[in-house]
Amino acid sequence: MEALKHRWPIFLALALGLLLLPLAVQSIGAGWVRILALAMLYVLLALGLNIVVGYAGLLDLGFVAFYAVGAYMYALMASPHLLETFESLAQSFPQGLHTPIWLVIPLAAGLAALAGALLGLPVLKLRGDYLAIVTLGFGEIIRVFMNNLEHPVNITNGPRGLDRIDPMSLWGLSFSKPLVIADYKIASVTLYYWLFLGLVVISVIVCYRLEHSRIGRAWMAIREDELAAKAMGINTRNMKLLAFAMGASFGGVSGAMFAAFQGFVSPESFSLMESIMIVAMVVLGGIGHLPGVILGALMLAALPEVLRYIAGDIQNLTGGRIDAAILRQLLIAMAMIGIMLLRPQGLWPRPLSKSVAGKSQ
Amino acid sequence: MSLLEITEVSKRFGGLQALADVDLRIEAGHIHGLIGPNGAGKTTLFNLITGLYSADSGRFVLQGTSYKPQSVHAVTMAGIARTFQNIRLFGDMSALDNVRVGRHIRSSAGLWDAIWRSRHFYSEEARLREEAMALLDYVGIAHYAEHRANSLSYGDQRRLEIARALATEPRLLALDEPAAGMNASEKNTLRSLIERIRSDGRTILLIEHDVKLVAGLCNIITVLDSGRVIAEGAPDEVQRHPKVIEAYLGASA
Repeated sequence: MEALKHRWPIFLALALGLLLLPLAVQSIGAGWVRILALAMLYVLLALGLNIVVGYAGLLDLGFVAFYAVGAYMYALMASPHLLETFESLAQSFPQGLHTPIWLVIPLAAGLAALAGALLGLPVLKLRGDYLAIVTLGFGEIIRVFMNNLEHPVNITNGPRGLDRIDPMSLWGLSFSKPLVIADYKIASVTLYYWLFLGLVVISVIVCYRLEHSRIGRAWMAIREDELAAKAMGINTRNMKLLAFAMGASFGGVSGAMFAAFQGFVSPESFSLMESIMIVAMVVLGGIGHLPGVILGALMLAALPEVLRYIAGDIQNLTGGRIDAAILRQLLIAMAMIGIMLLRPQGLWPRPLSKSVAGKSQ
Repeated sequence: MSLLEITEVSKRFGGLQALADVDLRIEAGHIHGLIGPNGAGKTTLFNLITGLYSADSGRFVLQGTSYKPQSVHAVTMAGIARTFQNIRLFGDMSALDNVRVGRHIRSSAGLWDAIWRSRHFYSEEARLREEAMALLDYVGIAHYAEHRANSLSYGDQRRLEIARALATEPRLLALDEPAAGMNASEKNTLRSLIERIRSDGRTILLIEHDVKLVAGLCNIITVLDSGRVIAEGAPDEVQRHPKVIEAYLGASA
C-alpha cells in the first residue's frame, strides 16, 4: 500500500490514458473500441479465475459456466422471452421485464457465487488433474443445459439463443445510442467500455485487498500445502468454497455485462474453448499476480484480432490455400507455446520473497 | 489433572492392528517422549491425536473436556498444534506469512473486513505482524522474516515450523521427529529451543528416534511396540526396562 501512495502520478496517467483510449481509437473505427470493451470483460473473467487458480490453487477448467450463468440470468431478466413463455406472468409486468443495472450486478454476482459453491461442494476432496476434469465436465453440463432447456418448458430457447436483450442503461442514459455532447459524438461501445473499465477497477481493488488479507493468506496456504493449512486450524472446506464462490461471482458479473453488450446470448458463446482461453490468460500472464493476469487477459483478447490482419497477408502468400481462421488458431497456439518456453512462470510473474543467499530455490 | 488423557485407543488398518488399547497421560508442563522401534505405531498414535486419522475406539480428553479428533483443523482449534516429520511449510510464502497463517484461528478479519479495509482489519493486521515477528524472534530467525520459507536452511525451516505451530497458541505442542536429519549443532539449538518452550509453560509431546535427545529432554517417556505400550516412566527407568531393551535389540539369546 505504501508503495502505491508514492506512485500515484503513474496511476493518474494510466487512468487518464485508459479513459481516453477509446476516444482516440473510435476515430479509427468503432470495431476497435468493441475489441477493447470485450477485452475488459476477459480481464474480469481472468481476475475471477485467478482467485480460484492463482490464490487457492484449485485448477478450474469450467470457469465459463459462471460466465454463462450471469449472461443467461441477465438475458432472462431483461428480454421478452420469459414473458412470452409464461403468459400469466406477463400480466404482472405490463411494461415487460427490464432489470436495472443496480440489481443486475449483485444478482449476477450472487447467483454465480451460488453456482460456484454448488460446484465446489462435490469436488472439495479433489485436487490437481482430477479437479480439472470434474470442473471441465461442469462447464460442459451448463452449456448442454442451456442448449436443451427448451422442452418441455422453453426457458433458454435452446441453440437459437435469447435475443432482444435490453442494452445497459445508467441514470436514464441508454447505452444503445451514441451520447452526443455539444456536437461531439461518443460511440455506444465507448460507453460500454467505460462501464466495463469501472468494473475492472473495482475488481482489481477487491482482488488486491483479498490477496493481502487473512483470507488471502489462508487461500495461499491451501495452495502451498493443504494438510499443513488444516494443521493451522484453517477450515479448508469453507475456504475453498469461499474461493470458488468469490471467483465465480466475477464470472457472473462479466457474463451479465456480455449479455447486455451483445444483446444476444446463445450456448455457443460458452464453449470449452472459452474456458481454456481464460485459464491460458491467467497462466500466460503470471498465475496469482494481478498485473500479470491483466496483461495475459489483454494480450490473449487482443491477439486474435491483431492476427486477423496478419493472417490475411500470410493467406495471400500461400495463394489462399490456407484458411485464415485456421491460420489464426495456429499462430495463437505458437505464440502461447513460445511464451511458455521462454517465460515458464508467465509474462509478468509474482515476485517471490527474497531467498536466503546461496540458495536459489 | 492431566492435560491430555487418552484411554483405550485402538486403530486397525485392514489386517494390521496398528494400535491396541493404548493409554497415554500427558501432564501439563512436561515434555512427554514417545519412542519405539520402527512400525511400533508412534506416528499412527500421533496422527490419531491430531485428527489426521480417526480412531476405531477410545476416548480423548483434553484439559478435562473430551474432544473427538475428527478433523485436523478442529483439533488445532481445541488446542493441539503439530509439526511434521517431513517439513511442510508454505514454501513460496515468506517466513513472516507462514507464521501469520499460524495466527489464523487467533484472528477474525473476514471477507468484508478485507474488502472494505475496516478499522478492525488495520488494527488486526498490525497486531498480527507484531505477534508473528515476536514468534520469529523467539525461535531465532527474525532476520529471515521477509525471506521465502523454502529458501531457509534445514534447521531454520524446522524452527520456522515450530514458530508457526506456536502461533496457534497450543496447549499441547506435538513435535514429530523434529531432530530428523539434523547435525549435532543443529540438534543442540533445537534442544535448547524445546527446553525454552517448556520453561515458558507449554506442554510438549515429542516423537523422536534420537534416544539421547529424548532422554535428555523428557520428563517421562512412553515406549510403544507393535501397537502396545510396553513401558512408561522416567528416562533412566525406561532405558533399563527389560522389555524396552528387548524391543530395540531383540530377545536376548
